[in-house]
Amino acid sequence: MSEVVKSKQQLDDEFAELYRAHVRDVYSYAYYRVGNHHDAEDLTEQTFLQAYRHFERAQRESDGRPLRPWLIRIAHNLAANLYRDRSRKPQAPIDETTTPIPALHTTEELVEGRDELGRVIEGINELPDDRREALIMRFALGMDNREIARALGRSDGATKVLIHRAIRQLESIVTSAQADKTP
Amino acid sequence: MTEAATNFETLLREALAPIEPPADLVLRLELTLESISEIAAEELESWELKAMRDPRNWVRPAAAVVVGGTAGAALVVLRARRRSHQQHKAGVAAARDAAERTLRDVGGEFRRVLRLP
Repeated sequence: MSEVVKSKQQLDDEFAELYRAHVRDVYSYAYYRVGNHHDAEDLTEQTFLQAYRHFERAQRESDGRPLRPWLIRIAHNLAANLYRDRSRKPQAPIDETTTPIPALHTTEELVEGRDELGRVIEGINELPDDRREALIMRFALGMDNREIARALGRSDGATKVLIHRAIRQLESIVTSAQADKTP
Repeated sequence: MTEAATNFETLLREALAPIEPPADLVLRLELTLESISEIAAEELESWELKAMRDPRNWVRPAAAVVVGGTAGAALVVLRARRRSHQQHKAGVAAARDAAERTLRDVGGEFRRVLRLP
């Protein structure tokens, strides 16, 4: 098989495209993973720097498959290192100052839904790491099972089971929290 | 899939809405690239021409050129900072103008390097 050697310009252009397409994905993943903007920025920065260094090899080895799982895997590994180095979990799971991209809601729906969303977010942070990550990839980034499997280094089947169990466990946590709150 | 399950997944999608990266993240990324650029430049300087006669030694300097070239845009940050510092003496309004120019400089340079539209 002949190997196509790309010019630096071509690689830079392709990396720019990757950056543009996925900076929000990486930041979103990082934010939900570490729970605060400061660490999320660091993580995003380090992810792209590391990605740049290994971009050519990743392209060669990807066989034309999308590189998003590879990027998220870098972020995943860096986040794991961050926790290992600090020997701690996120101090505050989600910043109170978070301003997610707003979905279209009426004001009434927002007021009614705020408590429920809060319980879901709290529930997500109670999940084991692998389940939480799988849900972040699925719902914050919109990744499919195959992409998540590649990012987590698991089989497609194992990933499908992981996501299913994560949703069921979260649902159970949220339902319990709701029942506790109901008089 | 049941309606309840669908509703719960909708709720999850809302709870985990994507987060836009802050604008100053681009600035920080450039500053980090500048550091890499300096390391890459030092790497190049440390290589004598005699070492370059051996093809086995071509890989590291070539990598340094790649990294250095990409990170060159970060210099604009320093230029803009100096300009901002001078402008600060002229008053708050002037400094604000300088900050705006800084952002424009950085944004433009970053787009140029990363070929963003």
